[in-house]
Amino acid sequence: MEEYALIMRHEDGGKIASPEQMQQWMKQTMDWIGGIAAQNKFVNGTGLLFDNAKVVTTQGGKPVVTNGPYGDIKETIGGLIVVKADSEEEAVAFATGCPVLQGEGNSMEVRKIAKERAH
Amino acid sequence: MQQQELIPHLFRTEYSKICAVLSRLFGIEHLEAAEDIASETFVLALETWSYKGIPDNPVAWLYVVAKNKAKNYIQRNALFATKIANAIKATTTEVSFIDLSEENIADSQLQMLFALCHPSIPAEAQIGLSLRILCGFGIDEIATAFLTNKETINKRLFRAKEKLRAEQIAIQLPAPNEIDKRVDTVLTTLYLLFNEGYYSESNDAIIREELCTEAMRLVYLLMNNEQTALPKVYALYALMCFHTSRFPARKNGNGEMVLYEQQDETLWDYELITKGAFYLNKASQGNSISKYHLEAGIAYWHTIKADTHEKWENILQLYNRLLQIAYSPIAALNRTFALAKANGKAAAIAEAEKLRLTDNHYYFTLLGELYTNIDNTKAKQYLEQAVSLAKTGTDKKVLAKKIEEL
Repeated sequence: MEEYALIMRHEDGGKIASPEQMQQWMKQTMDWIGGIAAQNKFVNGTGLLFDNAKVVTTQGGKPVVTNGPYGDIKETIGGLIVVKADSEEEAVAFATGCPVLQGEGNSMEVRKIAKERAH
Repeated sequence: MQQQELIPHLFRTEYSKICAVLSRLFGIEHLEAAEDIASETFVLALETWSYKGIPDNPVAWLYVVAKNKAKNYIQRNALFATKIANAIKATTTEVSFIDLSEENIADSQLQMLFALCHPSIPAEAQIGLSLRILCGFGIDEIATAFLTNKETINKRLFRAKEKLRAEQIAIQLPAPNEIDKRVDTVLTTLYLLFNEGYYSESNDAIIREELCTEAMRLVYLLMNNEQTALPKVYALYALMCFHTSRFPARKNGNGEMVLYEQQDETLWDYELITKGAFYLNKASQGNSISKYHLEAGIAYWHTIKADTHEKWENILQLYNRLLQIAYSPIAALNRTFALAKANGKAAAIAEAEKLRLTDNHYYFTLLGELYTNIDNTKAKQYLEQAVSLAKTGTDKKVLAKKIEEL
């Protein structure tokens, strides 16, 4: 069994949706995670806030801090969960159920977690 | 109280107190001596009281006898001379160093609870030891509770005591920086002890209820000490209050189990429900959420019988969170049931089929229920599969009835 990060890329919901719609998305996300946890495949996860997000870059070797959003891309990382899966296909199937995919242009990234070899 | 009722009653309450105080004084390696002294005290009470009558203050009588026996044991035992020599010297004629005050009893029992629920002792043995030493259960009662025989329990307790000795576990509260972690082990044991009573397949209803009552009493000990009165302790107590509130409604006149859906809620104990709500409120201090918080939340919503969307949505979200921190097959199945109530059967069927808990008869029961009125042929197949996996007569009976009603 490998671990995979399922990374949610989407727009800042707070900018485009009403509080009721946000609440609905939240419920759907919780149900999605609950469904994975009910299969004993959930490892951990975290949401990432859009408010006061910063981007740090360098210019001429000096750090430059700018506020988000992030240049030209509309959707960015809104959160991620780590799941256990028997195969890439299973991890992809979990990702496919994520409610952020209801939004046009949103995406899910599936990445295997790098692990030290067992001792 | 008549003598034939009084002695078992006193045994249950006082045996454990004497044991805890003496073991704490002697050290864990003399646990058996402490148990023997407590037992002999009761043997003497039985002999003496039957011809002299019950003394005015039976508890005080027991304590005096136990103290004298303890003193004799100390004086007989050379090993001890060094260990508590000073205490003996100071009290050659007195036995006041054996402190059976209410306060010392509570402290000793709490410390004993931590000693018995030491992480090095297997969980099953922790429960057995706690029942014997802290709850004064007889070996045969423990065997009944665990659906096993006396020899098995005796062996289990013997091995556990060896381990306590070998590990030289001290009868004391853990260091402040360890309390939080050690409380977790204690809570796990008390949670299992309670569940043993609440879900046990043992036919002895009295023993089952006593297991629950004793588990609650021990959680209460934790709640009453400043260092161990943590939010998760309150949460577990709240959970136990909500569960036991349904005791009177869980059995019908024939002693058969009544399922939650069919229970007469006027039989629920609303005083316990209020108490549960009070402690759940106390549990909400601090910023960490334990599985007991979530389970207590779920149990709270079950104390409201009306089948509202709000109720099931809340239960679903609590299960969603519970499964993230403490997966169990039964929580996964219950979550799927809540999902059916909150989001509809179609969504729940899709999720249920992913669980693949094919060795669990509740899994097929759930599928059978979800398919009922959607595809009754499938529903029947699943319920029949559940019957073939069900272990108890009660479960088989409930399932047969469901099939009949299709």
